[in-house]
Amino acid sequence: MNIARSHVLISMDAGTIMAGARAVQAMIVQEIKNKGLSGEVAVLETGNLGVTGMGVVLVVYPEGLYYANVTKEDVPEFVEEQLLKGRLVKRLLLTQAPKRFIIRREKTGLTKEQPRVVLKNCGFINPESIEEYIAAGGYEAASKALTSMTPEEVINEVKRSELAGRGGAAFPTGAKWEFARKAVGEEKFILCNADEGEPGTFKDRLILEGDPHKLLEGMMIAGYAVGATRGFIYIRGEYSLSIERTEKAIADARSLGLLGNGIFDKPFSFNIEVMKGAGAYVCGEETALIESLEGHRGHPRNKPPYPVVAGLWGKPTVVNNVETLANIADIVRNGANWFKQYGTPKCSGTKVYTILGHVATPGLIETEMGTTLRDIIYEYGSGISGGKTFKGALVGGAAGAFLGPDMLDVQMDFVNLKEYAAALGSGAILVMNEDTSILEMLKSVIHFFKHESCGHCVPCRLGTARLVEIVDGLADSQAKADDLDRLLQIASVMKDTSFCPLGQSLYLPVSSCLKYFRDEIAGS
Amino acid sequence: MDREAIVKKFQPELHNILYILHELQDANARHFVAKEDLEACADYLKVPYSYVHGVATFYTMFSLAPRGRHIIRLCDSPPCHLMGSTSVLDYLKEKLGIDVGETTPDGAFTLELASCLGVCGVAPAIMINDEMFGKLTPERVDGILEERRKGS
Repeated sequence: MNIARSHVLISMDAGTIMAGARAVQAMIVQEIKNKGLSGEVAVLETGNLGVTGMGVVLVVYPEGLYYANVTKEDVPEFVEEQLLKGRLVKRLLLTQAPKRFIIRREKTGLTKEQPRVVLKNCGFINPESIEEYIAAGGYEAASKALTSMTPEEVINEVKRSELAGRGGAAFPTGAKWEFARKAVGEEKFILCNADEGEPGTFKDRLILEGDPHKLLEGMMIAGYAVGATRGFIYIRGEYSLSIERTEKAIADARSLGLLGNGIFDKPFSFNIEVMKGAGAYVCGEETALIESLEGHRGHPRNKPPYPVVAGLWGKPTVVNNVETLANIADIVRNGANWFKQYGTPKCSGTKVYTILGHVATPGLIETEMGTTLRDIIYEYGSGISGGKTFKGALVGGAAGAFLGPDMLDVQMDFVNLKEYAAALGSGAILVMNEDTSILEMLKSVIHFFKHESCGHCVPCRLGTARLVEIVDGLADSQAKADDLDRLLQIASVMKDTSFCPLGQSLYLPVSSCLKYFRDEIAGS
Repeated sequence: MDREAIVKKFQPELHNILYILHELQDANARHFVAKEDLEACADYLKVPYSYVHGVATFYTMFSLAPRGRHIIRLCDSPPCHLMGSTSVLDYLKEKLGIDVGETTPDGAFTLELASCLGVCGVAPAIMINDEMFGKLTPERVDGILEERRKGS
């Protein structure tokens, strides 16, 4: 086998493809050929490199140099200088990239490489190659679980890891699996919720685009633990690249016998199917997702019974988020104690965030639970863009909380934020600078909910309409106290009486916005 | 491909309904699900027409009215809003001479609003048919529309 002296890894995700990554890749390959470097330099595709909004991004190994905003016009110079002569093309070099992996630890003053559990392979392997996933240790955990552990042992390990659901609700994953295992039913299902719709969140898309096998392995282990033989991945209809790569991953795993009947020569069968959504935010709610998968309108169901007892087609069903399932393989392979070294005593592991808005380097990051908002914005996001100052952040998507400057140093994890009446939610962090009109942002959030309310229950259907009327009648700095009180009162009634989490969750952005920014909106 | 051939690509099971509707809509040059499509789907899955109509109208990706060759879906969620989607929307409306939900008289463009498209790193963003475009400015919008108009 020919070993290349240099590797160029090009990020091929929806964002970079939009910026013309395929054309740049083709041109690099052509230029390499023209310069007679074909045997020496290998050009490979990989998932998101942790940088978004910076055009075509690539990394050159062994040096580990990040290049961003690479256009077709830059290719001849890049190949000539970097690949042929070994000189840097400084104007394209991304100096901020390594910060995404190394962060200063305030207490010790030492730098420490941040753990990458979920995103370990993203940006390092070709997501369309099962061989590369296996070479990176893939399917080892599934093999370990199936050949040397009982289903109960797998569940115990996940329980001991204290992994909590990463979709936002933070329900203990191990407990959910145990309920499903003990539930009565001949047939059980694993359902992966990839209907990522929370505004500002695109972590699941980048996991699916960057490392789809990690999800399949997690689902397989879940299936073994729970006693399920069929899994479904419900992916947003808009995520065409995710759907394509996941379907390819399933086909490849099937051809190697990693999915199908008698996996690892054990009496265990597991198959996975992809379902394509059609655009409905409410389908991110687990029972609405199940309704949609069954072929109905995506209305939420009454709970209880919970899906672990009666879910898909009335049978016990585990519904887990993509990021949750992407943690499973490493927990099984390395053990719960390894996993618990990351995070805080109350909340173990890492969290994948999408950081966006007015930050210098928006993108995808993974940090330990408990990292402060300040570190995320100023270390990973490289601070506020354009030299402006921080005004606030909307954390957790539209159903998340507005946070003001005094929340910058609060440790962020599911438990801790709850104490401040905020929520980590899906992990979207929308940063707003000093010029932002908070009222405009609140209007946007409320309009979003009105559009996405499914109309099933009265409090949500009418409540969102009334809130829109009130908020649209407000002008900056002139809101009357009664208007703001009415906003809060309606949101509060919706919280208490709405049928599903969609209507219930609007209280959080409304109340937190008024808590931190009431003066600005009222103009006092 | 005719309707019959499309629906028969799937097992006649209710949970395939979204896939069937997607394919029927994709096969239609005007990007919509026609009455005949709904009927074909209902017959094949052995459910009432009203049921299929109910499902198709629930999801935002399906349209029951003819649309332009290029469907522009502008993200209007908070992250894009923060980064200036409103001015992009105003520009698109003016440039195309249509309001949200309308189609240009030449049948080239339909303008729609969408909830988060999941490409917030390059906000403000639009999706035209299957393709995403981000970091939009009026100049970029001009270029994209021009390219699309030529391509159609």
